[in-house]
Amino acid sequence: MAVWTIEVRSLCTAENLTSQCDKLTTMPTTDQTLDEVLSLAAAHFKVARDKLAPDDDFFKTLGIDSLQALDLLTRLENHFRIELPDYELQGVSDFRTLASRIQARR
Amino acid sequence: MKTYQGQTLSWGANNGVIELELHRDPANEIGSLTLEELEKFAASLKELAEHNHALILHSSLKSGFSAGADLRELFERSQQMEKNAAARGVREFLERIHGVLNAIDEAPITTIAAVHGVTFGGGFELALVCDLIVADRMARFCFPELRLGLIPGFGGIPRLKRDLGNAVVRDLLLTGRSFNTTKAQQVGLVSQVVGEGESLRAARATASQVTKFDRETAATAKKFIKPIPREELKREIDIFCDLFAKPAVEAGLRKFVESTDALPYLP
Repeated sequence: MAVWTIEVRSLCTAENLTSQCDKLTTMPTTDQTLDEVLSLAAAHFKVARDKLAPDDDFFKTLGIDSLQALDLLTRLENHFRIELPDYELQGVSDFRTLASRIQARR
Repeated sequence: MKTYQGQTLSWGANNGVIELELHRDPANEIGSLTLEELEKFAASLKELAEHNHALILHSSLKSGFSAGADLRELFERSQQMEKNAAARGVREFLERIHGVLNAIDEAPITTIAAVHGVTFGGGFELALVCDLIVADRMARFCFPELRLGLIPGFGGIPRLKRDLGNAVVRDLLLTGRSFNTTKAQQVGLVSQVVGEGESLRAARATASQVTKFDRETAATAKKFIKPIPREELKREIDIFCDLFAKPAVEAGLRKFVESTDALPYLP
């Protein structure tokens, strides 16, 4: 019984609890999500990351067609482990709005 | 080994496994030529099945397994005909494709669809006739027919209802949204999810496993567990043809054919 008490106390130090709380409450910001979207698009479509800006029209910048748009949607869903219904992307053409749609599903 | 090399598809058999490969650019759209070649395959299937244990359906195109019915051909042909003749042509096409898909569905061997990329509409329905679907993580499944004012016409709804919960069928059908592979596996549609470009290899490994079982026992088990929903399939053709007669369909087909949208399968 004495050993058990010591172990519980050691787990409940202020430092330990703060660390656990940090892990539970850390949520990527929209800017972080946007950065990941830009990096993923740059890597997959073989475009320099610094050539992509948040408000770019990704259809024009990446020169993608409808099949590639689906491919991008699937890569984003797989990367962020989310489900993003196609109709939520209708009319979305810039990276910033795309990132906000993703953020809403994380 | 019996082999066939067609314009839209090819097949051959090796080590007890038949492989049917789709290769019609740009995305294995199923039109009249594909139907003719699928009918040749269906006619050969009885003999092929006597000497093999498994069948794999796959696509050699980067775009995916199949984008479904050839809507451009459907639109152009229906423009060249008067309405009643066009409706008769659609019914005949549907009855013929149902004949092919039923033959694959009830083949006395284990059938596996190895899919990647776009697996939409009629392409999705072609995968659904198989006993197992092995999908790479970039595959996408969708029934976009409602955007045209239609329902899936190649047996999709009866087969989905046979295999999955009705709520999933409604989600796919009524929203027209596409499922990725993770979602498709969660709902029980896909039996194996593999890495990008690995679906054919995984399907071959599965087919190799299948060849270890007694063929007749496997066929008996399949017949017991996988009934063909014949009445619903017939009803589907009737409903499709009724809907096809409505003016909204011509407008929907025209919109799709002329669309430059990034997601043209959505309304």
